[in-house]
Amino acid sequence: MASGIRDKVAILGMGCTKFGERWNESPEDLLLEAFQECIADAGIEKNQIQAAWIGVCFDEINIGKSALAASLALRLPNIAVTRVENFCASGTESFRGAVYAVASGACDFALALGVEKLKDIGYGGLPEFSSALGVTNSQWFPNMTAPGGFAMLATGYAAKYGLDIQEVKKAMAHVSVKSHANGALNPKAHLRRAVTEEQVLMSPMIAFPLGLFDCCGVSDGAACAIVTTPEIAKSLGKKDFITVKALQLALSNGTEMVYEWDGAHFVTTTKASTAAYAEAGIKNPREEISMMEVHDCFSITELVTMEDLHISERGKAPKDIMDGFYDRSGKVPCQVDGGLKCFGHPIGASGLRMLYEMYLQLLGRAGDRQLKNPRFGLTHNLGGFPMLNVCSIAIVGRYGD
Amino acid sequence: MVGITAYGGYIPRYRVSRMLIVQNMAWYFPVIMAVAGGEKAMANWDEDAVSMAVAAAYDCMAGKDRKKVDGMYLASTTLPFADRLNAGIVASALNLQEQGVVAADFSACLKAGTTAAMAAVEAVKAGEKESVLVVASDQRRTKMATMFEMFYGDGAAALLFGNKDVIAEFKGSYSISCDFVDHYKGFGKEFDYGWEERWVRDEGYGKIIPEAIKGFFKKTGMSMGDIAKVVYPCYFTGTHKSIAKELGIDGAKLQDNLHGNCGDTGTAHPLVMFAAALEDAQPGDRILLAGFGQGCDVLCFEATDRIKKFKPAKGIKGHLASKVDFTNYLKFTKFRDLITADLGIRGEANPNTSLTALWRKRKMIMGFVGYRCTKCGTPQYPPMPMCVNPQCQEAGHFEDYEFAVKPGKVEMFTGDLLSPSVDPPAVYGVVSFEGGGRALVDFTDCDMNQVKVGIPIRMTFRRRSRDQMRGFTGYFWKAVPQVAG
Repeated sequence: MASGIRDKVAILGMGCTKFGERWNESPEDLLLEAFQECIADAGIEKNQIQAAWIGVCFDEINIGKSALAASLALRLPNIAVTRVENFCASGTESFRGAVYAVASGACDFALALGVEKLKDIGYGGLPEFSSALGVTNSQWFPNMTAPGGFAMLATGYAAKYGLDIQEVKKAMAHVSVKSHANGALNPKAHLRRAVTEEQVLMSPMIAFPLGLFDCCGVSDGAACAIVTTPEIAKSLGKKDFITVKALQLALSNGTEMVYEWDGAHFVTTTKASTAAYAEAGIKNPREEISMMEVHDCFSITELVTMEDLHISERGKAPKDIMDGFYDRSGKVPCQVDGGLKCFGHPIGASGLRMLYEMYLQLLGRAGDRQLKNPRFGLTHNLGGFPMLNVCSIAIVGRYGD
Repeated sequence: MVGITAYGGYIPRYRVSRMLIVQNMAWYFPVIMAVAGGEKAMANWDEDAVSMAVAAAYDCMAGKDRKKVDGMYLASTTLPFADRLNAGIVASALNLQEQGVVAADFSACLKAGTTAAMAAVEAVKAGEKESVLVVASDQRRTKMATMFEMFYGDGAAALLFGNKDVIAEFKGSYSISCDFVDHYKGFGKEFDYGWEERWVRDEGYGKIIPEAIKGFFKKTGMSMGDIAKVVYPCYFTGTHKSIAKELGIDGAKLQDNLHGNCGDTGTAHPLVMFAAALEDAQPGDRILLAGFGQGCDVLCFEATDRIKKFKPAKGIKGHLASKVDFTNYLKFTKFRDLITADLGIRGEANPNTSLTALWRKRKMIMGFVGYRCTKCGTPQYPPMPMCVNPQCQEAGHFEDYEFAVKPGKVEMFTGDLLSPSVDPPAVYGVVSFEGGGRALVDFTDCDMNQVKVGIPIRMTFRRRSRDQMRGFTGYFWKAVPQVAG
């Protein structure tokens, strides 16, 4: 009987670059910047690392195929390095590779890297992905972009709960306002200006009903983690170290798009979060989760995700949001670091960047953003589209807690 | 008995008032003011001769068994492929049988539609074919500020020929073939090149059509007294009437040339006018159908008692009645690719179309055919190897299931301004179908402000991509929200 990942793997060190328009740095430069912080934090030597994973999504514009670029950039000691890609879950997938390698006993030290260089394409937004759909889908899929894909969810949500779209837009606006307030406090965030609800509501339309300020930033960045066993962490003199409590992935199998779906929730997130809470031993997430970094690629994604994480009741996320439940001063602060909203979404790096904030908060290193006594931190990625996606969830906390 | 067993048509939803063209372009070529009356039908940016042909064919085939069609003739001078059977695309979109079916393109002349009809009726008469579908369609691009721009409209019509349940019996035909070049379009050229109007009118339409009709009477022994309706194209309305006068056709017998509310639809036009005439035909009515271009074809049909039992899904009149005024001339010229506007770097993406994948998935992509699981009955699109119903998930127990004709409704949608489109916002969404199944599809022929969750949709076959570098045109199905106006 599988016992899950809880407390089997410790995070020994983490690193994260400043996210932003890093016009003059290559993906390799960004990887090194994150890695140097991470390995100094971990307090081990590079040649102790036995295996590495790198998450990167748009390989065509980044480092190309294979993990060779990561091995070259960090001059890794001819070890196993594997490139993983699973849409927006790519960073968390990289982490999962490293965590499972340690949990299996195959490695003492494993490295998870994530990087994405989005600003090398010459236009705003995510890179166009028609050629990445595959030879069949590229002949019938709609003329769709990321904001358009998620915008549909807002119309589905409004219809399901009989809301006027403007009511949903107001709650969505608060989602962005809250994240910007947090991002303003974070020196590593790309967008560091607070915004008002009025500014969000008045921002130019991108894909109905999403305005520009309902969309996350677009940035370059890298993040990484070194993981080991709790026993080794202890032997290295680490106290109150952070361990992985849960690590779950769920992928659509076609039911939402093809069979049956209310168009107002993420089937995958609902399932992955349930599995993650069971793995972490969490009974009541609304009470027990202290903080979250969720996939706020668009404000509506975060709004709906609050329900799929079983923290807001179905149909009640707008009220919780407007009540400030997810603000930094609220019961379950969400996007404490500013979220994708302020960091942007260098896809391969995002999952690890989220873990980095949870790690800092749990270790009391979050500076102006520091929360009081956080216990469990949850990270969440959602890649693809509402009706066809990859969801990853990680929960971290202190060892033995 | 051999003749017509079904008919239908398609006129695109948008209409351009000729006055709009005058207002924008008369400064450049004031002569167009002389024909400023009325309006013309305008294909949407994602329509072409093939997609309109498919729409007309579905209009005609509503309630008919498409599996029984053993011939498919497409007539047009604006076909997207010079070498790839365009009729084959229409046949795939109609999900016709492949075995035992002949498909052919009739092209290079505006009377190709009537010539295809003759070939069809002759094949059925000879006993070689049982059910031949003829579709004529044209979407002619014109230079700005030309008489062609004023006269030409877009549209399509379809006639099904057979030997059972005939609604209009074939009564004979006559043709003139001569190299009278009133206009031409040379190989590789974008636009028609025309000769002086006075000559085209007087020596072309005005002489050749009467000669052919007289020739038909001489051949068959009929006379104008035997005829209830005469259909021939001629976008010079004065000439259209003077031909009637010369032939002794009184006003009520002359079928409207649709100049006022549609414009001349080229190869399709004789069939478009004829389909409109059939909508009004009474049992016993004899109708003459003539097509003009490098000569003239004349065909004669007599409506049977069954004429009243058939109705196309919407018909020419239905299509003409449901229209939306297109009031932006610049947008019209952009839709026809007459002006250059930037689509941005995002709009440069141009993935090659995998012909192997298209062949494997032709039913799915061209015919919008999904599966129905024979174990649990779940309709599903796209077809995948294993049933999507979580309680079933059987592999390999499927039958084909046509979604193209299923009505549906909007489940969720957006209007996307980031997506490269010549008609922003790009509207798309998830639709669900009556009887089960759902799909994520582009929407077309809609005003973003009228789209709501829950409103009904119908599916339509449209151009999905145009690969300028390689010359490939890709097609797929889009949802048309059903809103008034």
